[in-house]
Amino acid sequence: MTEFTTWDILRNLLLAARWTVILSLVSFIGGGIVGLIVLFARIGKSRTLNVLSRIYIELLQGTPLLMQLFLAFFGLGLFGIDVPSWLAAGMALILWTAAFLAEIWRGCVEAIARGQWEASSSLGMGYLQQMRYVILPQALKIAVPPTVGFSVQVVKGTALTSIIGFVELTKAGTIVTNATFEPFTVYGFVALIYFVLCFPLSKSSQYLERKLNVAHRNH
Amino acid sequence: MSLIEITEVKKRFGDNEVLKGINIDVAPGEVIAIIGKSGSGKSTLLRCINGLETIDSGSIQVAGAQLLPDELHLKALRLKVGMIFQQFNLFPHLTAGRNVMLSQTVVKKTPKAEAEAMARRMLDRVGLGHKFDAYPDQLSGGQQQRVAIARALAMQPIALLCDEITSALDPELVNEVLMVVKELAAEGMTLLMVTHEMRFARDVCSRVVFMHQGRVHEIGAPEDVFGNPKTPELKQFLGVH
Repeated sequence: MTEFTTWDILRNLLLAARWTVILSLVSFIGGGIVGLIVLFARIGKSRTLNVLSRIYIELLQGTPLLMQLFLAFFGLGLFGIDVPSWLAAGMALILWTAAFLAEIWRGCVEAIARGQWEASSSLGMGYLQQMRYVILPQALKIAVPPTVGFSVQVVKGTALTSIIGFVELTKAGTIVTNATFEPFTVYGFVALIYFVLCFPLSKSSQYLERKLNVAHRNH
Repeated sequence: MSLIEITEVKKRFGDNEVLKGINIDVAPGEVIAIIGKSGSGKSTLLRCINGLETIDSGSIQVAGAQLLPDELHLKALRLKVGMIFQQFNLFPHLTAGRNVMLSQTVVKKTPKAEAEAMARRMLDRVGLGHKFDAYPDQLSGGQQQRVAIARALAMQPIALLCDEITSALDPELVNEVLMVVKELAAEGMTLLMVTHEMRFARDVCSRVVFMHQGRVHEIGAPEDVFGNPKTPELKQFLGVH
């Protein structure tokens, strides 16, 4: 029987952690772009888009991410489309992230005082001009801390993609455990690596919240 | 020829009829104070003139153009009529100068240099030329309100609507704002102001409108309205018996 050193374990986990990082980045950036589209559908003037975006957000927030991964992975398979696990994982996470970010950002836009809309209206600005020059620059400032905070959820969410066979950190942990029979050591390292990834994010979210100190800068 | 013609304007919020048929004609250069208890509909009337609230019936004409609730007509109207708010509503993320420049560059497409020159002139006019680069939260309430006035003036409106513009100010800051308004009045700007500053209304305004329960209850020259109130409601409001 082969002996595994601690370094062997850690090295393999770290190599797999690259995929966790890449998947997190793709989900977060892709989710941000889709989320922005959903946000505008949600707060825009078209009733149809309002309703559609609400249904989208409710569905994705109201079902477990795991089910969404299953549906993306197996669901499309039913139609004869062979979806590789990395694609299903990326798509499901992007859509899931988009739903949450859209809702977080909607809160930020609605936090801008009504007087800002009225003042800019009274100066003759149209909806898009108000958004572009008055509302979004202020909402953006409020949005930074919760958005960075949510990125922690995205990183942890990637762990679920191990179930559909995407080899990221958690899946690698399972594989290494099966080879070494040392679950406590392996999963201990896995947890530690997740923590090392997430801790700077949540810390920087707190830091940004203090630095932007939005609550007190508005009037 | 009236500059602003308000005819039989009605407005309700749900079951509550706030304006029950308002008729006021404003001539160019007139300074009109609208007084009355809170809930009498005075702020709503002002907001209707600027299209911030839609009216249910009646008509509002500004310089001969009908007020219609579509974006194009509203924009045309708002270029003619500026509005100043109780809460100042300056854009907190922009400096005083940028506040005054923004709508010029965005709405009127004025070149930046020209807009900046205009902003400096307008800030000078309200006595705040030196605060061009200050952010709103570095200014006192009175200064913020004066910037808001400069911001409205930079769009070169033919009339200004002032919605209780001194009500959110500390007493010692009220005067600096009223002085600016007084100068505007002297220069011939048409002003429609909802106000609780009775002395100011008496000194500066050409006519006073007393609103009560959604109607124009009394209207007339300040000497008459303040000196010789006819209805018991106005007497009670003014505290004369």
